[in-house]
Amino acid sequence: MSAESIGIIGVNHKTAPVAVREKLAFSGDCAGPLMALLAIPGCRECCFLSTCNRVEAIFVAEQPGEAAAAVRGFLFANVGISDEEARKYSYFHQGKEAVDHLYKVAASLDSMVVGEPQILGQLKNAYREATEHKTTGVILNRLLHKSFSVAKRIRTETNIGGSAVSISFAAVQLAKKILGGLQDKSVLLVGAGEMAELAAEHLVSQGIGRVVVANRTLERAAKLARQFNGTAVGLAELPTQLAEVDIMISSTGATDLILRKDDVKPLMRQRRNRPLFLIDIAVPRDLDPELNEVDNVYLYDIDDLKNVVEVNKAEREREAARAEGIVAEEVVKFGLWLEGMAVSPTIAALRQKANAIREAEVAKTLASLKSLSDAERKSIEMLGNAIVNKLLHEPTLFLKNNSPHDNAQVKLAFVRQLFGLDKDDGQG
Amino acid sequence: MTHISFYLTLALYGVTTLLYLACLLRSTPCMAGLARKLLVAGFLAHCLAVIHRAIAAGHLPITNMHESLSFFALSIVAAYLYFEFRFKVTSLGSFVLPLVLVLVLGSSVFPSELRPLNPALQSAWIYSHTLLAFGAYAFFTIAGGVASMYLLQSHFLKKKQLGTLFQKLPSLDTLDEIGYRCLTFGFPMLTVAIITGAIWAAQAWGSYWSWDPKETWSLITWFIYAAILHQRLTVGWRRRRAAIMAIVGFSAVLFTLWGVTYLLGGAHSYVG
Repeated sequence: MSAESIGIIGVNHKTAPVAVREKLAFSGDCAGPLMALLAIPGCRECCFLSTCNRVEAIFVAEQPGEAAAAVRGFLFANVGISDEEARKYSYFHQGKEAVDHLYKVAASLDSMVVGEPQILGQLKNAYREATEHKTTGVILNRLLHKSFSVAKRIRTETNIGGSAVSISFAAVQLAKKILGGLQDKSVLLVGAGEMAELAAEHLVSQGIGRVVVANRTLERAAKLARQFNGTAVGLAELPTQLAEVDIMISSTGATDLILRKDDVKPLMRQRRNRPLFLIDIAVPRDLDPELNEVDNVYLYDIDDLKNVVEVNKAEREREAARAEGIVAEEVVKFGLWLEGMAVSPTIAALRQKANAIREAEVAKTLASLKSLSDAERKSIEMLGNAIVNKLLHEPTLFLKNNSPHDNAQVKLAFVRQLFGLDKDDGQG
Repeated sequence: MTHISFYLTLALYGVTTLLYLACLLRSTPCMAGLARKLLVAGFLAHCLAVIHRAIAAGHLPITNMHESLSFFALSIVAAYLYFEFRFKVTSLGSFVLPLVLVLVLGSSVFPSELRPLNPALQSAWIYSHTLLAFGAYAFFTIAGGVASMYLLQSHFLKKKQLGTLFQKLPSLDTLDEIGYRCLTFGFPMLTVAIITGAIWAAQAWGSYWSWDPKETWSLITWFIYAAILHQRLTVGWRRRRAAIMAIVGFSAVLFTLWGVTYLLGGAHSYVG
């Protein structure tokens, strides 16, 4: 069994336009695709992942190169293009490259938004379906489990998912840095634009206490307020509301500033100087830029938020580079395990382990029996040798003799587990 | 034995300080748990050193520069550990522990021989008066650390410099909360320390208040913190300005503790 037997054929947002991807979309459960893949001659194990941005068929076959064409044929069956074109829209990795690719997918290094956390859950679901239909075996079981633990390791050792990379999330993160917990805080939406709605949605999902909507037309305000279980007010009530709320998101279509420094300064005393977070996502701007100079007022306009997102994206890129280092390290480890999953390395490992035990025990015994003659010592050593050889005889035969209906992988995995040959790197 | 635990304390604080600083500067989630364990170990070693010395001397070891610096550091660590476990803010340690290390290092420089206690200090009042004063000053030190973090974080938010340090520092709200908590602990302690000091003075020197420089400066310190608390409770004069005042208050604490002794002298100058 060599590393070349693992293969991945996939299509993602980088290799194929949405027009092609939507035709491949396999919705519902994976039973159909899994059975179809397993029916391909030579394919012994498989797992199938389908999300809106990618389709991946992970399989183990004796000759992955030969199985690849059949897998591709199955994936592109509904698209109606030649295999040559299908090749262009998809990628095929085998051996170490396949392991590397799967680790990167799991750790969200291959995602459209690098570091987004959903993909790991989707991969876990795909694996669960595959195990339910019993299409995975020794190799994919270990590979998938390892990919989950690599993804987890990357989450804890790098800051890849740490910072917000969308404007509305950046606003929520800033709000938390200023106000702490959002539970007992309130937000005032001025204007009922789409962006304001999105930001409010994020704030609500993060547990903000109260939403107030102010709009020129009270009807729109009332509609939006209902959506968030909040209250609607007219624009004239702006100063009263501003004395109460903690966050204000402004997105009116007004051509002029709606709030100036001198409007807010007296309010701060009324607010007992509680901090006020102002978010201006309107173009042209609604809020006086000088507001940022007022003590305890923090003003961010759309450009500021865009900058935050840019900086965060750059940081993710840097963290992604470190994550790739971790992936490379883990690919090597998996390669070592896979190489060991053959008959002769397993027998060698078994003998090595037994001999190590024999040597240690014989040395211990001889150390306490100092009065023995050289000949007697010799026979104790021979006794040890004989026990080891006799004991290992049957397991060695069991590994070497393969009848056609035996599954060699299962036998190897069984022996390795029975004698604890993979103890060092764990099973996780 | 005292020496061994004292140098063990110094070594542990040194390593802990480095760990806390590393936590602040590195962008990876890091060894905060290890730092906390080492700090607790350092704290226990420090307690041991102080208790040993107290037994050897037969009184509370705060009567010379070596002892008072060390005891002040111990009080700060105790107060810090409370906030670390209560609020889970590791980054506060990165600001407080360097000061602790400097204090303990400073303490190790001064002569540590045991001397008989000045007769004026031989009273049970030494415990209530000085322990309360050190407790109050420890909380004010934490308040000063939190205040400087507040000013830094507020600066980052205003100038929109949202780097690693910004990510590591807690929210303005948390910092403000901790600062306020420190004052609500420290201020009553200082008040009682001044009152018990006055009673003790009446017994030892025959007068409740004699405008000795140390008395004057602790009163000034008291007024600064009284002002912060009063403003905060009435007109809501808090956040940024309260942070600046807390740093001013901390400078007054440092001056009351050592500046007075060295620059102004007076009846309280037993230390040194």
